[in-house]
Amino acid sequence: MKALAAAGAVAVLLALPLVLSGYAITIFILIFFYAYLAQAWNILGGYAGQLSAGHAAFVGIGGYTSALLFERGVTPWFGMFVGAALAAGLGAVIGYLGFRFGLRGFYFVLLTVAFAEICRILASNVEAVGGAIGLYITFTGDPRHFQFRDPRAYYYIALALMLLATGVAALLERRRLGIYLTAIREDETACEALGVDTFKYKMLAMVVSSFLTGLAGTFYAFQNFSLQPGAVFGIPLSVEILIRPIIGGAGTLLGPVLGSFILTPLAEVSRQYFGQGGLHGAHLVVYGVLLVAVVLFLPQGAYPFLRRLFQRGAA
Amino acid sequence: MTALLTVDGLSRRFGGVQAVKDLSFSVGEGEVVGLIGPNGAGKTTAFALISGFLAPDAGAVRFRGRDLRGLKPHQVNALGLARTFQIMRPFSRLSVVRNVMIATLGRHPAPAEAERRARAILDELGLGARAQTPAGSLTLAERKRLELARALGTEPVLLLLDEVMSGLNAAETERMVELVRAINRRGVAILLIEHVMRAVMSLAQRIVVLNYGERIAEGRPEAVAADRRVIEAYLGDEEVTSAPA
Repeated sequence: MKALAAAGAVAVLLALPLVLSGYAITIFILIFFYAYLAQAWNILGGYAGQLSAGHAAFVGIGGYTSALLFERGVTPWFGMFVGAALAAGLGAVIGYLGFRFGLRGFYFVLLTVAFAEICRILASNVEAVGGAIGLYITFTGDPRHFQFRDPRAYYYIALALMLLATGVAALLERRRLGIYLTAIREDETACEALGVDTFKYKMLAMVVSSFLTGLAGTFYAFQNFSLQPGAVFGIPLSVEILIRPIIGGAGTLLGPVLGSFILTPLAEVSRQYFGQGGLHGAHLVVYGVLLVAVVLFLPQGAYPFLRRLFQRGAA
Repeated sequence: MTALLTVDGLSRRFGGVQAVKDLSFSVGEGEVVGLIGPNGAGKTTAFALISGFLAPDAGAVRFRGRDLRGLKPHQVNALGLARTFQIMRPFSRLSVVRNVMIATLGRHPAPAEAERRARAILDELGLGARAQTPAGSLTLAERKRLELARALGTEPVLLLLDEVMSGLNAAETERMVELVRAINRRGVAILLIEHVMRAVMSLAQRIVVLNYGERIAEGRPEAVAADRRVIEAYLGDEEVTSAPA
C-alpha cells in the first residue's frame, strides 16, 4: 500500500514535465531542490535534534568548489563530489567543536551561524574566489559540464536528488544509526547510560547531512550560472533550508518534502506578486505567519498532522 | 568471593560541599549490595562517579579488573555496568519497545534482533502489552520498570539501581523486589540505592551506609540496622541519647 502510493507519486512526478509550462517547471525544480536540502538538514536537525542555522555554508562550499574546479577544466560531475567532501570536512570541524565541548541548543545554533558567516565573509573578501562579485560560470550547454539547454533536465536531476535524500533518510530510519539519532534527540544522557556513543553518532549525522547539502551546491551553481557570497553562504539561505522541515515535520520521513511543497510555491508566488508591487522581501512575512501558525497549532509539523487525519479517516 | 567492582578512596567535592569523601567498598560477583543513607548522603553522586558520568577528585574505580578512569559513560556501560536514574529518563516520544531497543542495539546491531530481545525483556517485566505505547504516557510504576528494562537491555553483569522502588505502592514494591531478585538469580550483581528499607533488608546480602559522603557502617542487614551510628544518622543523635520529653 505504502510502496504503491510512493510508486504512484514518483510516476506522476516523472510524467509531469510532459504537460507543465516552462514557469511551472521552474517552480517544481525549486520545490525538489529545497526538498532535497530540507531532507539533508533533517538528518541532523530533525532526527538527531541538532539544530543547524548555518547549512548554507555547505551549499556554498559545494558550489564554489565545483565552479572553481570547472574553471580549471574539471567536470562538475566530479567536482560536485569534491565539493561535497569539503562540505563534509567543514561539517566534521563544526561537529567536533560543538559536540566535543557539549554545545547544545542555542549555543550549537550560534556555532553553525558563526561558521556560515565566516565562510561568507571569507568568500566576499578573497579575490581569488571572485570576492564580493562572486563567480560566473561560462555557459556551454554541454551536459558533460552539468549544463542543459532544456530545463526538463534540471527538473529530472532535482527530482532524483530529492528521491536520493529521501531514500537515504528512509534507510537511516531502518538502521541502528537512525534509531539512535531519534533517541539522542530525546535525551543524550540516557543514551550514554545505555551504551550509545553519542559523540560518534552525532558526528556521523553531521557528516552525512553536510555531504548531501554540499552536493546541492553544484546543482545551484550550474543551474544559476552564478554564485554570490551573500546568496549561497548567507543566513537567508540557511533559513530557507531549515524552515521547510520544521513546517513540514522535523524528524519525519516526508515532512521536509511536504514542507517544500507547501512553502516553495507560496514563496515564489508571493515573491513575484509582492516584488512587482515593489514590496521586496514580503514573502518573508508569509514565512513568519506560517511559522507562527505551525508553532501554535501543529508543533510537530504539518506531516504528522496530516497522517493523523488520514488514519482517523481510514479507521 | 572475587570482587567485581572495587571502589577505592573515592572523593568528589562540589564547591563547598564534600559530596563523597574517601569512599571505599566492593561488590562481589553475583552479590546484592545495598547503598543507603539519609537524603544528601552522596549515594547518587557515588553512582555518577562509578558509572563515568562524573570524574572523581581522588580515588579509583575498578570493574572486572579494569581501571575505569577516563572512560565515558557509554564505554563503562559496554564493559557490562549499567545504571538506572533516580529521576527517570525515558525517551518520551519513542515507543516503549524503541526505548529498550536503544539498549539492546549496542550488542545486537541488527534492528530485528534488537527488537526481538527488547520484547523478551518487556514480556519478562510485564510491559509486553505496552510495547507500542509512547514511553511518555506510562504510569510511574511502569516507567520504573521501563528504566529497569532498558538497563537490562545492555546485558550488564553489574546493575546499579537508583531508587527503583520510590513512589511505588506496597503491591508494586513487592513486584519490583521479585523482579530484582529474579535478575540477581541469573547471576547479575546488583548495587542498590534504596530508601524503602523493607526492600533493601530483604534483597541485600550486605549494606553500605553513607552519611555526609562518608561510609559510616558496613555489614549484614541486621547488623547495620542495629548499628548505633546508623540510627543516629537517620534519626539525629538527640533522639538516641535522650528520650524526647
